Amino acid sequence: MSIVADIAAVRPELFVAIAAMVMLMFGAFRGEDSTRFVTWLGVGVLVVAALLVLAGPGGSTLAFNGQFKVDAFAVFAKILLIAGAALALILALPFNMREDIRQFEFPILIVFAVLGMMMMVSAADLLSLYIGLELQSLSLYVIAAIRRDTLRSSEAGLKYFVLGALSSGILLYGMTLVYGFAGTTQFEALAAIFTAGDGAPIGVIVGLVFIAAGLAFKVSAVPFHMWTPDVYEGAPTPVTAFFAVAPKIAAMALFVRVMLEPFGPLVAEWQQVIWFIALASMVLGSFAAIAQTNIKRLMAYSSIGHMGFVLVGLAAGNETGVQGILLYLAIYLFMNMGTFACILAMRRQGRIVEDIGELAGLSRTNPYMALALAIFMFSMAGIPPLAGFFAKLYVFLAAIEAGLYVLAVVGLLTSVVGAFYYLRIVKLMYFDEPADAFDRPMGREIATIVAITGVVTVFFFLGLAPVLAGAEAAAAVFFAA
Amino acid sequence: MESFPILSLTTFLPLVGVLFILIVRGDEETVVRNARWAALWTSLATFVISLLLWINFDATTAEFQFVEKVEWLPAFNISYHLGIDGISLFFVLLSTFLTPICVLASWTSVTKRVKEYMIAFLVLETFMVGTFAALDFVLFYIFFEAVLIPMFIIIGVWGGPRRVYSAFKFFLYTLAGSVLLLAALLTLYFEAGTTDIPTLIAFDVPAQLQTWLWLAFFASFAVKMPMWPVHTWLPDAHVEAPTAGSVILAGVLLKMGGYGFLRFSLPMLPLASEQFVPLIYTLSVIAIIYTSLVALAQEDMKKLIAYSSVAHMGFVTIGIFTATRQGIDGAIFQMLSHGIISAALFLCVGVVYDREHSRDIAHYGGLVERMPKYAFVFMVFMLGSVGLPGTSGFIGEFLILVGAFQDNTWVAALAATGVILGAAYMLYLYRRVVFGRLDKEHLKQILDLEPREIAIFAPLVVLVIWMGIWPEPFLGLFDASVANLLQDYQAALATGDATRIAGR
Repeated sequence: MSIVADIAAVRPELFVAIAAMVMLMFGAFRGEDSTRFVTWLGVGVLVVAALLVLAGPGGSTLAFNGQFKVDAFAVFAKILLIAGAALALILALPFNMREDIRQFEFPILIVFAVLGMMMMVSAADLLSLYIGLELQSLSLYVIAAIRRDTLRSSEAGLKYFVLGALSSGILLYGMTLVYGFAGTTQFEALAAIFTAGDGAPIGVIVGLVFIAAGLAFKVSAVPFHMWTPDVYEGAPTPVTAFFAVAPKIAAMALFVRVMLEPFGPLVAEWQQVIWFIALASMVLGSFAAIAQTNIKRLMAYSSIGHMGFVLVGLAAGNETGVQGILLYLAIYLFMNMGTFACILAMRRQGRIVEDIGELAGLSRTNPYMALALAIFMFSMAGIPPLAGFFAKLYVFLAAIEAGLYVLAVVGLLTSVVGAFYYLRIVKLMYFDEPADAFDRPMGREIATIVAITGVVTVFFFLGLAPVLAGAEAAAAVFFAA
Repeated sequence: MESFPILSLTTFLPLVGVLFILIVRGDEETVVRNARWAALWTSLATFVISLLLWINFDATTAEFQFVEKVEWLPAFNISYHLGIDGISLFFVLLSTFLTPICVLASWTSVTKRVKEYMIAFLVLETFMVGTFAALDFVLFYIFFEAVLIPMFIIIGVWGGPRRVYSAFKFFLYTLAGSVLLLAALLTLYFEAGTTDIPTLIAFDVPAQLQTWLWLAFFASFAVKMPMWPVHTWLPDAHVEAPTAGSVILAGVLLKMGGYGFLRFSLPMLPLASEQFVPLIYTLSVIAIIYTSLVALAQEDMKKLIAYSSVAHMGFVTIGIFTATRQGIDGAIFQMLSHGIISAALFLCVGVVYDREHSRDIAHYGGLVERMPKYAFVFMVFMLGSVGLPGTSGFIGEFLILVGAFQDNTWVAALAATGVILGAAYMLYLYRRVVFGRLDKEHLKQILDLEPREIAIFAPLVVLVIWMGIWPEPFLGLFDASVANLLQDYQAALATGDATRIAGR
């Protein structure tokens, strides 16, 4: 493959990288008063990147000697994570302005993180995977600690960094084991080796488990979830909104690709591992959330639970499972962004409030916000006809198809437990006597995002068929006969 | 009328009313008045349209009628498929009939957040009609589950003092049952490759799998029904719900369980249904006798009626699983009759509750002296609930017992004692509330039914007596469907037996 074709394949990534550096230069020369402009520039860059992703060549392209792959799956995941990052940037702007987070580096770091994520989902080699992952992680560590003069934010950043570095180490160690025993780091070559030989050497299995552990950390699956509530709570809310969506989508897409592409032939070896972490995440996510009073911590446990549901699709290891994962991630994006937009609107006399008790009687003081938040909560609980139901429907469909009945039934029952704490928020807003009203207006950006995500969540069933068709094409990548 | 989507119109017309209520602007009073009238007119219009279903219904065939089918998820072979047969026709009508009554019944008693209240009821109507009209299992499940959202809000916002507890209990109990139904649905989908209900009915599920699927279906429908011992959410929900909420809960939501047994368990899983008949009979007989005794001891009117509902639903489950013509006809008839009578009884409680704000039986006594019209109306429904010949309650119970005697004399005999117990607790309730001397000071000024209340009760009284004296217009319409259901059921059992013998 010629260098020209290689570069054509990475056009969106190249654009994002150059644009981020231009943004950095611009910010460095203009100083802090350019933050607003740089942020909108970042949103513009992401939109253009998404268009470039869509305009890319159809089918599968392998570039740079098998380091980088563009296929329908990568395109689907990239669109989702870019959308998540762009929405988070828009949400962050008014918040940062008010909270005096004036560093122009904030949008730039997010754009760099997006670049890392795009690399991750397109990785076709353990090394390019790692480079993408680290680019993403290092940007995220800094963003978590962006309010460096508050204790909680710095603590969140430090915790995230220490534990994240540990998991990266575990991941890297797993890769070296695989490389040592299999002799290559390329996904296609690995797959070929495992298909040809009868099973894999024990070293590869150990390496595989390490890799799975490292990736489970990134998607915050139990038992590697401990950092999530602290980081979610400590980081500034728009940062949490970003953390909850884009990196999760990227890491989950990466997880799927790693498990199904190089280690696809070893499905019997890893299925039980994924089975367990899916089950544990669903159970812990739903039970631990019951006791939470801080809405951001609650959302952290909620996201642990959701990742458990997504992993059910991976544990199934079939084509329906991958479709279900992509559908789930798409829906998760809208539900979570909407919820965080509502959380950002929770402020009283200019102060941020995060206790769920503060939502009491919201249906009286701000009926539209209460309606939207109720929609998101019912959707997350998986009640039809809202979007969240279809997400769950497809992952469990896959689990049943794969014969994982125990996982499906336990998962469905934990969703009932989960319904309890989602309903508790609805109860606070609708059944309880009103507390003082939140500050009005909530802001144009927030109101718009709440409205859009709310409408999408309610009427998702109308657009289900095309999204599903996209997911179908993306999932077919791994199962082409 | 072939191409006119009359079922979709019936299903989604209430949402037009919702839209209208949402866009009305103005001061508080205008909004409230408009919300009430919009809800009333929309629900009445929906009812009138649903009457067209009855008029144009062809009683000679067991085929699904007014069928609409639009592709929805072609990749998964799931479609938007609506249609009704004799079994579902009257449940659709029951839903559309009770909604305007609920709106009227809440006209003055609901004063806070009227707009949201009316929206909740109209949305609920859409989901209820959709549940009974859906001919795709996924579509059915969506409507079936979606009902929980408005009902949760109705109980929780406009309910009594323990509304939060009751709303949660209602929601989580029902959801826990339903998710197992979802698991069964997905399994069935992979077995049969479709979620289309007519296709699934014709499909033969392997005998081994039937047992598991049946249990999962049972988990959902038994909670909804509710059967003993998973009935405990019902008294709580009924007591705390506002009057109209109780009406819908008793009138329509309970029927979803029975409808589920009839539409899914019996025709799709005949072998397992036959296998589990002893379980159903046991639970039903316990429900009838135990909850009747519990009802006797109640001090709260709504709770008493709630327990009586559990007992009446016990009759329904017996009737369905006798798998006889009379039993199933009786079960459907009993569900319709109970839908009207229990709804009316809750409205009767609502009438005195609106005036006195108490549901304690001991709070009342001698009402007949001040409220003769009320006493008459209450008596009609009380006797209907007892199953007096000439009321709709009699036809249902009689047919069910006839069916039960053919199948199992003991069950029939024990169930028949429930009729006696039913008479005991209802007459006891009536005596304590309506008869006796009016010597309580606070009741001396109580007013009789006003014209609005008479308008609510009149159609209900007419229906109870009409269905009791001349049931044929109702029975005749679902007879063909029931006959067809039974024929398929017997055929499936026969082949099931044949393979079992061949396997030996």
